[in-house]
Amino acid sequence: MARVTVLYFASLRDAAGVASEQVETEAADLHTLYESARTRYGFSLPVERLRVAVDGAFAKWGDPVRDGGEIAFIPPVSGG
Amino acid sequence: MNFRDEHDEREMKRFALSETPIDIAPLHDVLLDARAGACASFEGWVRDHNDGRAVRGLRYEAYVALAEAEGERIVDEALVKFEIVNARCVHRTGELAIGELAIWAGASAAHRDAAFAACRYIVDEVKSRVPIWKHERYADGAAGWLHPRPEQEKPA
Repeated sequence: MARVTVLYFASLRDAAGVASEQVETEAADLHTLYESARTRYGFSLPVERLRVAVDGAFAKWGDPVRDGGEIAFIPPVSGG
Repeated sequence: MNFRDEHDEREMKRFALSETPIDIAPLHDVLLDARAGACASFEGWVRDHNDGRAVRGLRYEAYVALAEAEGERIVDEALVKFEIVNARCVHRTGELAIGELAIWAGASAAHRDAAFAACRYIVDEVKSRVPIWKHERYADGAAGWLHPRPEQEKPA
């Protein structure tokens, strides 16, 4: 069991209804963590279209979920 | 340039987010350099239409910590890849009206080819990599986040 902070941005935040939340999870990796959030909130974006960051740096979907981490799901960007 | 100026230069971030209108003059001043014979800059403006819809205004949101780090990395890359003297980039966040400046990038160099190429590189990479999202409000009352697919992306 890991306790993490999850950050949601743009359409993910609108769908989740929160910008961040504390989550207790059994997910082994970040991909599994996203899928559980996607199921919970009905996110339309598949994992293939997102990037993920841990503690302010880009990470890989196969990375383990570490207790105390801050995880951000990054939907496709549209700056500029 | 005295010692204090050199110290300030090292401390200064080359990429920034701004919640207030971008002031171009200080960015231009910092690029000015005796070694530079060229300065190329780009201004991205909020336009009144997108993908066939009339746009009333927009809002940019950023994941600030990662956007600042990734933007800084992009400008650093440009300084390595191109024969330039200096470069800067600022991106707006918050509410913007039609015609407002959304992004400014500039590069100074001995010669214009490197200045143009570096400026283009910075803008292209910021648009594709920096975690900033655009929320558009349309004339018909609808609004929504833009999450483009790579093949849907169009030049500004």
